[in-house]
Amino acid sequence: MKRITQNILAAGIVCMIALQACAGDTAQVKNKTTLQGDNAGLKLPDGFDAIVVAENLGRARHIVVNSNGDIYVKLERLKDGKGILRLRDADGDGKAEQITAFGNYPGTGIAIKNGYLYASSNSGIYRYKLNEKNEVANVDKPENIVKDLADHGEHNAKSITLDNAGNIYVNIGAFSNACQVQNRTKGSPGQDPCPILDVAGGIWQFKADQLNQSYPQGVRYCTGIRNTVGITWNEQANELYAMQHGRDDLHRLFDSLYTEQQNAELPAEEMFLVKKGSNFGWPYCYYDQIQHKKLLGPEYGGNGKDEGRCAGFDKPIYAFPGHLAPNALLFYTGNKFPEKYKNGAFIAFHGSWNRAPEPQAGYFVVFLPFKNGLPDGTWEVFADGFAGSEQDRASGKAKYRPCGLAQGPDGSIYVSDDNAGNIWKISYKGK
Amino acid sequence: MINRICFLSILLGLFFVSISAGLQQKKPSPVVMERGKKVYEKECLGCHQADGAGTPRMNPPLIKTKWVIGPKEQLIKVVMKGITDPLTIGDDEYYNPMPAHTYMTDQDISDVLTYVRNSFGNKASAVTVNDVKAVRAKLK
Repeated sequence: MKRITQNILAAGIVCMIALQACAGDTAQVKNKTTLQGDNAGLKLPDGFDAIVVAENLGRARHIVVNSNGDIYVKLERLKDGKGILRLRDADGDGKAEQITAFGNYPGTGIAIKNGYLYASSNSGIYRYKLNEKNEVANVDKPENIVKDLADHGEHNAKSITLDNAGNIYVNIGAFSNACQVQNRTKGSPGQDPCPILDVAGGIWQFKADQLNQSYPQGVRYCTGIRNTVGITWNEQANELYAMQHGRDDLHRLFDSLYTEQQNAELPAEEMFLVKKGSNFGWPYCYYDQIQHKKLLGPEYGGNGKDEGRCAGFDKPIYAFPGHLAPNALLFYTGNKFPEKYKNGAFIAFHGSWNRAPEPQAGYFVVFLPFKNGLPDGTWEVFADGFAGSEQDRASGKAKYRPCGLAQGPDGSIYVSDDNAGNIWKISYKGK
Repeated sequence: MINRICFLSILLGLFFVSISAGLQQKKPSPVVMERGKKVYEKECLGCHQADGAGTPRMNPPLIKTKWVIGPKEQLIKVVMKGITDPLTIGDDEYYNPMPAHTYMTDQDISDVLTYVRNSFGNKASAVTVNDVKAVRAKLK
């Protein structure tokens, strides 16, 4: 009996301490960050450091940083009915204390250009005018500039980027793996020609300032891309670049042609320099980064060796290992990182699933040096540690999954994660 | 004497354990489970993963969902006919389609479904070849 009384007393004291601790917090501090230690859990090259700007935001997809430092985050799933977050660091400690939310649609894409904030749903694009204070003038009344784009669930994320001639580009991912009659089904033939290419499997161009556009008003800027989530306008080259998510299931669908090990590495995740009229060959072809060839897909008579018609399609400018899922592409234009990073590409790899039963891979941000708008060297891991342990990475149970990249006005870069909903800021402090 | 009591109580314990296990669910034979695992690795693991947990937003988990441990007929249909629309389990949506597996034999479907219904923490009745045959006949 005495012991029970003691336990109750002890529990009561713990409760009181906890209440006291909570009472010290004000309701304003919505964003209490808990990731501590060196670089908030990330591994970075010497001279760089990272802090976590915000945590547990939900499915934080793409991000953009305004010239005043405000960060806009597009959510893939509504949080309290809202799909866009504005994060503000009012006291300059790098952490966002003020979070406001608006927009009633989920989605992936977000961008700022010429005094407007652009955001995409899974079927359209909206824009919000920024006022003289550099804030969204009316969060409840965006202009719907593009609507009714294909959304069939699979590959429905609509990433956006803008050029300097008044155009906005949006990827429309193919709602299919390889355009088989029956999607992802063993023995089902590839459709030839693939009808999906009429409305998806490419990047479309629209006017950035016209309302209610859809397919009739748009231009299919390029085709033959299965799905791309990382697209961006390169200011130095003044061209569009995109990272393709290559096809899945070479082994499951064609086990006599591809081993499990080949399935894990193939096909490449391709990087494209996109010109008007480019055709990169999906669904008929895929890129084999080991043979350095665009090969005929097995659904279209390929055998892992023959190029067939694929020699005639546009080639990638770089090829990464298979299934790493590049979800963001950023060309670094700042002056704060060492010289080698200038105009080079950062790519956020969301991480694989189709490598099973081989170990999964990715869940990192890589850097690829560039010169005159083309890759100039080999890729290296820039930011790692998102997955957690090596076991977490291998099993695909990553803690965090990099999805968005943005450059801040101070020359640092930001990374978003759509698993826990964290945002990191990575800066260069020098050696 | 103590040894004998020990022995008796162990026997008694085993008896009750086996009775209660029998009441809950007859455990499938190791042979069926082994065959089912092989089929799982060939046909299912690529998407649903080694631990049956699936892939966020794409391929649904096979762990304790009504799709797996619910009525057998529905589960057999899903394997044979596939699902083309996105699926919602709890708060999560899954966008990749489930392909049709009409080419699989009745034996392979019964083995793999028995395996899946009794792996990853699931406990549900076995799927027999006759169960599969009956559904296939209806679908024709």
